[in-house]
Amino acid sequence: MNNRKDVYIVDGSRTPQLKARGKPGPFSASDLAVTAGRALLMRHNFDLGELDEVIMGCVMPSEDEANIGRVIALRLGVPQTVPAWTVQRNCASGMQSIDSAFHNIANGQADLILAGGVEAMSRAPLLYNKTMVNWLSDLMMAKSPGQKLKTFAKFRPGHLKPVIAILRGLTDPVVGLNMGQTAENIAAKFGITREQMDSFAVDSHHRLAAAQDAGHLDEIETLYDSKGKYYDHDDGVRPDSSIEKLAKLRPVFDRKYGNVTAGNSAQITDGATLVLLASEEAVKKHNLPVLAKIVDSQWAGLDPAVMGMGPVHAMSPIMDRHQLAISDIDYWEINEAFATQVLGCVEAWKDDDYCKTHLGHERALGEIPHDRLNVDGGGVSIGHPVGASGARIVLHLAKILHRNNAKRGMASLCIGGGQGGAMLIENVSNESLQNEAA
Amino acid sequence: MSMESTSTCAHWKVDFDEHNIAWLHLDMADSKVNLLASTVLEELRGILDELAKDLPQAAIIYSGKKGSFIFGADINEFLEFDDISKSLPFISRGHEIMDKLESLACPTVSMINGMCLGGGMELSLACDYIVAADNSSTRLGLPEIKLGIHPGYGGTARSIQRCGPLPAMDIMLTGRALPARSAKKIGLIDECVPDRQLKQAAISFALQAPKRKSPPFVQRLLNNRILRPFIAQQMRKQVSRKARQAHYPAPYSLINLWQRHADNPKRMLREEAIAVANLATTDTARNLLRVFLLQDKLKNLGKQVAFKPSHVHVIGGGIMGGDIASWCAIQGYTVTVQDQDPSRLAQTFKRAQSSFKKKYKRDRRAITAAGDRLMPDHKGYGVSHADIIIEAIFEDADVKRTLYQDIEPRMKPDAILATNTSSIKLEDLSSSLNKPGRLVGLHFFNPVAMMPLVEIIRGNETDEDVVQKALAFGRSISKLPLPVKSSPGFLVNRILMPYLLEAVTMVGEGVPPEVIDKAATDFGMPMGPIELADTVGLDICKSVAEILSAALDMPLPENLNAMAAANKLGKKSGEGFYKYTKGKAQKNKAARFADVQKVQDRLVMRLLNEATACLREEIVESDELIDAGVIFGTGFAPFRGGPIHYIREAGKQELAERMNELRQEYGDRFESDTAWAGL
Repeated sequence: MNNRKDVYIVDGSRTPQLKARGKPGPFSASDLAVTAGRALLMRHNFDLGELDEVIMGCVMPSEDEANIGRVIALRLGVPQTVPAWTVQRNCASGMQSIDSAFHNIANGQADLILAGGVEAMSRAPLLYNKTMVNWLSDLMMAKSPGQKLKTFAKFRPGHLKPVIAILRGLTDPVVGLNMGQTAENIAAKFGITREQMDSFAVDSHHRLAAAQDAGHLDEIETLYDSKGKYYDHDDGVRPDSSIEKLAKLRPVFDRKYGNVTAGNSAQITDGATLVLLASEEAVKKHNLPVLAKIVDSQWAGLDPAVMGMGPVHAMSPIMDRHQLAISDIDYWEINEAFATQVLGCVEAWKDDDYCKTHLGHERALGEIPHDRLNVDGGGVSIGHPVGASGARIVLHLAKILHRNNAKRGMASLCIGGGQGGAMLIENVSNESLQNEAA
Repeated sequence: MSMESTSTCAHWKVDFDEHNIAWLHLDMADSKVNLLASTVLEELRGILDELAKDLPQAAIIYSGKKGSFIFGADINEFLEFDDISKSLPFISRGHEIMDKLESLACPTVSMINGMCLGGGMELSLACDYIVAADNSSTRLGLPEIKLGIHPGYGGTARSIQRCGPLPAMDIMLTGRALPARSAKKIGLIDECVPDRQLKQAAISFALQAPKRKSPPFVQRLLNNRILRPFIAQQMRKQVSRKARQAHYPAPYSLINLWQRHADNPKRMLREEAIAVANLATTDTARNLLRVFLLQDKLKNLGKQVAFKPSHVHVIGGGIMGGDIASWCAIQGYTVTVQDQDPSRLAQTFKRAQSSFKKKYKRDRRAITAAGDRLMPDHKGYGVSHADIIIEAIFEDADVKRTLYQDIEPRMKPDAILATNTSSIKLEDLSSSLNKPGRLVGLHFFNPVAMMPLVEIIRGNETDEDVVQKALAFGRSISKLPLPVKSSPGFLVNRILMPYLLEAVTMVGEGVPPEVIDKAATDFGMPMGPIELADTVGLDICKSVAEILSAALDMPLPENLNAMAAANKLGKKSGEGFYKYTKGKAQKNKAARFADVQKVQDRLVMRLLNEATACLREEIVESDELIDAGVIFGTGFAPFRGGPIHYIREAGKQELAERMNELRQEYGDRFESDTAWAGL
């Protein structure tokens, strides 16, 4: 880690996260990112040609958005000479983009990077199934009217049954479980009850509602559609959520005996978060403010069937490297893919056996205090636009540290396919690098 | 290898390539664009004579100017045409040269990249083949009708031969310029290709000389002698909806030309020359020419300094502010539009989206790009980025002053602050600024996308540099900027208001609104004053009138107050002087009135008189600028050349006498201005 440069989070913006309501939402993924990015860039005065690159996380860009990072950069008016790329690490794509920027700046390859993540899950496509595709290509190949007629006759209504891309995307292609079922695995493993999950979900909604009331989400930029409507808040919030109400919902993944419901899982949502990262030189050169410093990051792999445990596997090495105790971290953001999966992570660190077997620790690390974890809500209430969430939690964690004048924060996500990602940041918003230089 | 005789040419150059194709390169000396000026034509004549003697494989005509082919004739030369003895020889000379080009015994190709209008199009039509580049700067058309004439270098007959009567007459009657792709579709040109293939395509036509496609069967049928009278009648009917024969003879002349002579192209060419030579000497043509030159004059006012802001910030997301913002975005600017109320911004963005769709049709990428350039900005981030800030909030001096104080510290040091106020004195606003000299008025007209004029208001304290930049900005957004002194109503509203109030007064006297409006449109106004008042909104009329009435001693008609009080606000409230269904005024076609001429005189005289007063008070710098402002700001009958010009043409003495009669009947508001005699 020697000779690595400090890397700062200068500023960030996001869109409100809009819950998918059964049909394609009003904004494409790049529309969302442009709204967040335009406002972010408008707050600063450097020439956009000063950006070294643009990196965007996105799991499923639309067919018109190949290398969506580049599409977003050009739509934002970033000069054509600035390269842009897209990263994909499933649910952590947004964090991967920040991490890639972090390394490129730390290594001295770049000084100023626009990073972030975006997802328009409501616009995930319906695909033709294989038999339909074969039928269509037969039809194209058919030359004579007779051949065409013959091919037509082979058409069956079943050909029209679509492949729902989002359901496939949320199913592990190797172990064959959908994400909800991996959450059920964790519930079973740690004996997490339906009441615990629902209670966690209720807290998530109440916390988001309180944060909205208190104006703690000033990173949100209003979206405007072409029909005269505007969107200025995360619209999946249910301030009146209660355990009684959630108890009425039926499990959706293990339908009969399961515990994971739509109410205690992350919402399918559209949203974008963009973050500006800079080296100390760039901060001074362009007279930029600083919000936080990225201290360290970690990726980890584990059994895809319990992918929700990813955060403990990614956070633990960081804690070890910096010899930190749980109490040294002021605030935690662990992405709520499923209430039970966050609870599972908390349980794992409390569990001597888990810490010994999986993390190489003598004994349990301890308990992450509930009042320091996801204090303004999480995926259950805010939603989880898969490509964006990683960037959202890092940005919001920086905002929380600044607001509370706290020092250290840890952001982490579980990742479909059996991984975890974590990032440790420090509040530097009270420091002025400009003065230090003087 | 190049041609010897061209060594004496100032504008043309001829080179021969390995295929012995003659490349005729036009790069008009001392001019930014190519025009078919007399000298250019004469040189072309010489070149064609020489080529005819020693025939090349083919000839290709192209332009050395970036982004344009040939813009048309040099219309300054038209100024001489006070008599057919001057215009006919001029036109005939052009015909001769076009005929020479057409009859050159080798394939000829016009290779077009950029604007190709009027004479440039006619020159191309005289070639065997036309190929054009498929790009956004290439437009082809025959816009002569806008100058009160029609194509006169053979364009009428040749365009009809190429694409058939309906498409050809359509482009000539409307004067609209087509993108290359549309021109190809109607058969006006032979090929439309990307820039990269333009030369290749021209060479291919030159060497292979394919048989030219004739117009589709239906089009040939429509050219039939028996059908023509019916179709011509149909065309006259359509034209009459937009232009009356008495005001605008050219379209009718064009239709007649086609109806009578379409069977015999040679004769049609001859008759075309005579018809155009006649049209060119009419008052209408000469006045429209004047208007065209006035337009150039305003454009030039915006070219004195180089000012190209990188960012425009508009404050106020109402209809005016929003439309200004979306107009600027269409013009290519990065724009932020600020309003405290996100729901208003949402409406602004919606309206902008529909203007983008109107502008770019189905070009989804262009619509997205315009939307990306226009950022609704309710936090006002744009203030510190903008080189020009346009304030278009409601008319309250205190609120405006507070706003200015709030934003000035965040503005770039050299940024201009422009206010769209139509009623508050600039001096009352600039006092709140640390740098009062940066405040200038930028008065747009509603609807922004339609109205060509922007008044640039010079306050007492406005820096000259800021005025110049504002003029340049006005030009850069494709508007006609008119510098105006800071004084109540500026120029346009001030001249319009007495005319509107006279109309409202007449309604109060019992004259049917339909009669009043018809008297105005008969004079040549685009819309009658009563319908105009209803469209603008009677509340807005009233508030502008109140401001002016205080300053100009102009009493408000009682019925205007009454209408506003009764919440009959015009089109927007569904009822004003007219009732509106689906946005259309319900007019009583049977309305009659005894002395229609007097109605017209009362309207027109008040307008003319106020224009004269503005000249005396030097509201703008010259009488020409008054004419320009009134034509482009109110739509004042362009074929009459503007109010001051009209007074002179119609006879100031006679008009003054008419004024005096009206004064005796209606009082001192018809007292002719003291400057009248000096006109």
